[in-house]
Amino acid sequence: MSLKRKILELQKKREKVLQGGGEKAIEKQVAMGKMTARERIITLLDENSFHEYDLFVEHEARDFGMATKVLHGDGVITGTGTIFGAPICIYAQDFTVAGGSLGLMHARKITKIMDHAMKMRVPIIGINDSGGARIQEGVNSLAGYGEIFYRNTTASGVIPQISVILGPCAGGAVYSPALTDFVFVVDKISKMFITGPEVIKTVLGEEISMEDLGGARVHSETTGNAHFYAESEIECFDQIKELITYIPWNNSKKAQPFEAKEPKIDRYKIDEIVPGNPKEPYDVRDVVRAITDDSDFLEIQELWASNMVIGFGRIDGQTVGFVCNQPLVLAGVLDVDSSCKAARFIRYCDSFNIPIITLVDLPGYLPGVDQEHAGVIRHGAKVLYAYSEATVPKITVILRKAYGGGYIAMNSRHLNADFVFAWPGAEIAVMGPEGAANIIFRKEIMAAEDPEKIRKQKVKEYKEKFANPYVAAAKGYVDSVIEPEETRKMLLHALEVSQNKVDRKPIKKHGIPPF
Amino acid sequence: MATKENAENNASKSNKEEAQKPRFSSLVIQEQGAKYKTLLTEKYKNRKIWEQPDVRKIKSLIPGTVIKVYVEEGQKVKEGDLMMILEAMKMKNKIYFPMDGTVKKIYVSEEEKVPKDHLMIELE
Repeated sequence: MSLKRKILELQKKREKVLQGGGEKAIEKQVAMGKMTARERIITLLDENSFHEYDLFVEHEARDFGMATKVLHGDGVITGTGTIFGAPICIYAQDFTVAGGSLGLMHARKITKIMDHAMKMRVPIIGINDSGGARIQEGVNSLAGYGEIFYRNTTASGVIPQISVILGPCAGGAVYSPALTDFVFVVDKISKMFITGPEVIKTVLGEEISMEDLGGARVHSETTGNAHFYAESEIECFDQIKELITYIPWNNSKKAQPFEAKEPKIDRYKIDEIVPGNPKEPYDVRDVVRAITDDSDFLEIQELWASNMVIGFGRIDGQTVGFVCNQPLVLAGVLDVDSSCKAARFIRYCDSFNIPIITLVDLPGYLPGVDQEHAGVIRHGAKVLYAYSEATVPKITVILRKAYGGGYIAMNSRHLNADFVFAWPGAEIAVMGPEGAANIIFRKEIMAAEDPEKIRKQKVKEYKEKFANPYVAAAKGYVDSVIEPEETRKMLLHALEVSQNKVDRKPIKKHGIPPF
Repeated sequence: MATKENAENNASKSNKEEAQKPRFSSLVIQEQGAKYKTLLTEKYKNRKIWEQPDVRKIKSLIPGTVIKVYVEEGQKVKEGDLMMILEAMKMKNKIYFPMDGTVKKIYVSEEEKVPKDHLMIELE
């Protein structure tokens, strides 16, 4: 056979495999409103940058009639490419091939590209669209999942790991996304659950639709399992691309710098956003946008625990992570969910050399039996742990209220913040003036002829004396009381002088965070 | 998803126009403390209000099927006596009485499927 014929033969073989599960299965996929696995990869990556490997991998299953079944690529596409020039390893499960079911070779392809990503120290993106374990392959598929989880854990904090749920992801399969850094979901397409509606119905008699049990909305709003929610696959890919611009390729690098830009100050007037009255709400994201380059802010987990706002922006072209109390929702209190949300993000930033800017305005912790019984003690402790442990530059700006335990938790000087700034309207105190006056002057108020009058007077007294930033500044807990308009300038400078920060913790295998 | 919930979430989006019209509630987090004007989340609104559990009302700890009930109404029982077998998660679980008493009422029958926290037997 001449080389030319061999080349022809290769082309034919390729063509066959590239058909995936065949026309009918592709039609079905399209009818479900989904793109095919290969289309997804090509849409997400830079044009012509995708290179596929392991195209000719075949499964080894022999039982239950599998011996004669041909599964192209064994139901998963793997390869490398770039996003805005950043090198990426990627895999996408192909639902058109045996429902994207995970068998031994399917899993081997995934673990191989994961190992590759680890060796090359580049981000890995996994697109999940699979009916689950390939039952015919028995314990081999379970082995496959386990080997993926092991690699997810090993790679955690070394290379960015991104999971995209574009179809069902059920049973054990959900734990790979859960172990990765960011999970992307799309309305009406993503479904994630441990046990599906059928099992729940037969075992428990509870009836629920797949969408209500584990749809995109549920995981974005209720469970907090998803980090980015999109209405369509295209919107989802745009979100991934944007995220990639903010994060470094691996934990030994910094994020790629961008050209510095001033915020859109005609739209976000920093000294007009925060009301003087500490009981009035406002959107803390406006303060973030008044600070960041070009007023850009990529919010993470926007719909879940919205009393805490987390996300990425840039200052002077460098990526920074924002952790902010949100007075607009639940007065910006700390609670179980918001603590988990903030703590995980702080650890992400710390792992990937991203400085953390904390904007503080909170009245304290949310009271309630449900909170106490849900473990707000151990969950709240995560925030303290994450901030104390982080060695990246940590800068705090106290915008308004900083009361009690909330003040300590939000990257206070006492948890080793590098810079603590406060606006002149800041109230740094053990609790709000109303509550404090009630306790300190309880006897006087109760003994008074007109308790309400005395109460008001005492609240005012307390307010004047303690509800300001100067008591904390007098002790050096606040480094500088600044005007709102100076905020960006101060942050820029603080980041500049923090570039060579060294903060060595004692050597240990790892700590015992309140998981 | 309930449309109410969607409305709430739209409200929390960055859109300034939308952020200005939402229905604010007040939240107090301290005894006689300040009333904060803010939005409440659905999760907060739907939180379970805690009630003192009545130890005489014996509820199912796990969803399952009642296989056999060993007592009758009016029967005197002692702590540790076998009450019933509740099959759940492929296990035949033996359920014992947590205290002495007299069976006031039996709310379940054999072969009945019960959800979690379902009232099964009341003592007096």
